[in-house]
Amino acid sequence: MALETKQVAMTGNEAVANAIKQINPDVIAAYPITPQTDIVQYYSSFVADGQVDTQMVTVESEHSAMSATIGASAAGARAMTATSSQGLALMHEMLHIASGFRLPIVMPVVNRAVSAPINIHCDHSDTMAALTTGWLQIYSENAQEAYDNVIQAMRIAEDPRVRLPVMVCYDGFITSHAVENLFLLPDETVKQFVGEYNPKHTLFDFDSPVTFGPLVLPDYFSEIKAQEADAMRAAKEVILEIAEEFAKISGRKYGYYEGYHLEDAERVIVVLSSTAGTAKEVVDELRAQGEKVGLMKPRVIRPFPAEEFVKALSGAKVVAVMDRAETFSTQGGQLFTELRAAFYEAPTKPLMRNYIFGLGGRDTTTAEIRRVFEDLKKDQERGSVDRKVTHLDVRV
Amino acid sequence: MSLKGYKDLPEGGVIPERGNSVLYKTGEWRSMKPVYYPEGCVHCLLCWAFCPEPAIKVENGRMLGIDYDHCKGCGICARECPRKEKALQMVRE
Ligand code: SF4
Ligand code: SF4
Repeated sequence: MALETKQVAMTGNEAVANAIKQINPDVIAAYPITPQTDIVQYYSSFVADGQVDTQMVTVESEHSAMSATIGASAAGARAMTATSSQGLALMHEMLHIASGFRLPIVMPVVNRAVSAPINIHCDHSDTMAALTTGWLQIYSENAQEAYDNVIQAMRIAEDPRVRLPVMVCYDGFITSHAVENLFLLPDETVKQFVGEYNPKHTLFDFDSPVTFGPLVLPDYFSEIKAQEADAMRAAKEVILEIAEEFAKISGRKYGYYEGYHLEDAERVIVVLSSTAGTAKEVVDELRAQGEKVGLMKPRVIRPFPAEEFVKALSGAKVVAVMDRAETFSTQGGQLFTELRAAFYEAPTKPLMRNYIFGLGGRDTTTAEIRRVFEDLKKDQERGSVDRKVTHLDVRV
Repeated sequence: MSLKGYKDLPEGGVIPERGNSVLYKTGEWRSMKPVYYPEGCVHCLLCWAFCPEPAIKVENGRMLGIDYDHCKGCGICARECPRKEKALQMVRE
């Protein structure tokens, strides 16, 4: 059967708004002013034009946006919101409540820097600060992936083995506001794919009423958190199952990561989201010159598929992990430290170094990526890295 | 009482049954307790009206005594009792 798809030109945010439109959630609660993006602006026109059945709630802050989304989800609604940057930071307290209540909320997050200094451009400091909130995190390279990931995220979140909230992350402005060609699935196909939401407990089930959010003291708190950790572990296989199903309706394949010329690569860059697109260009160039270089673009980092990542990089000699956010641990970015830790038990380990790059929207072009590969080449020849953590492209 | 393992608990700390707050023994953390002397009581039931827990036992309009499983020892009953020391007295646990 030929797959039915429609090619369109859209910004990342418009594509994501369309994915949400096709999901047609019961409730969207969102803060309607910056740092909100135009996802909800597009969506409010769908609501005004009667194209969706969604109840749209505009609230006075991002904290309230997440609170209202949690309330709606606990009431049994399929509930979503969207945010970015400071908005995600303001939601932080409620992020733990969404996951602690096991509510399958899907939230696109447009990755942008967190102040200060004030800056509105892309980096990953917003979502990296939310890694310990019990939300899944899926990263997208471009508008197509953001669209595809939102649709898959709904199924992953609502799977009875998971029942955890999911952030779908993509790069601010680079992906969120640039117009790209992408393929949309037919409305009916998405409707079939996401199906009906069957919540386990709801506040509106008057035959078997429940209490959400009771006090849980030291005698039970650890058990509730162990359940959450179990659900996160279970999410690993669910992510692959849903990806496989999604490939059938879209022809597009997803996994925990995308490898680009990875099989025989000796020097590998690991980087999330849009910068992977730039890196592919450089890999092509260097491959044409016979250089054994490759790229690994993690798609999922919560849960963190440590074994799979280690396996994917097991043939590499030198790896540069590029983090688009500081941790201020002085030991490197989040992706670097987690990936490096994953190699602790591995029988053979590549040399590994870290680059903190692209903060506050600093462009990372093919020139910078080329420089990283040059560093890796010197490291390989020397047999050691000359610097563990480098702030890429920073003036001295 | 043996506590349930994590796989047997409802997800997300949800309480899936109604009206089970009586199972929670609020009396466990009491440091003072009211002692009831029926001979001094006039059964005005002010103690019952003011008690923040359902800890004053009443039947047929008559005060019966204290439910120590749920009495948290706040002392409101003894303070409001018009018969004061004659009917209700707070003592250390
Ligand atoms: S001490 Fe407080 S809780 Fe106990 S019976 Fe009196 S009023 Fe009720
Ligand atoms: S308030 Fe005092 S007098 Fe009145 S019913 Fe209670 S114990 Fe008896």
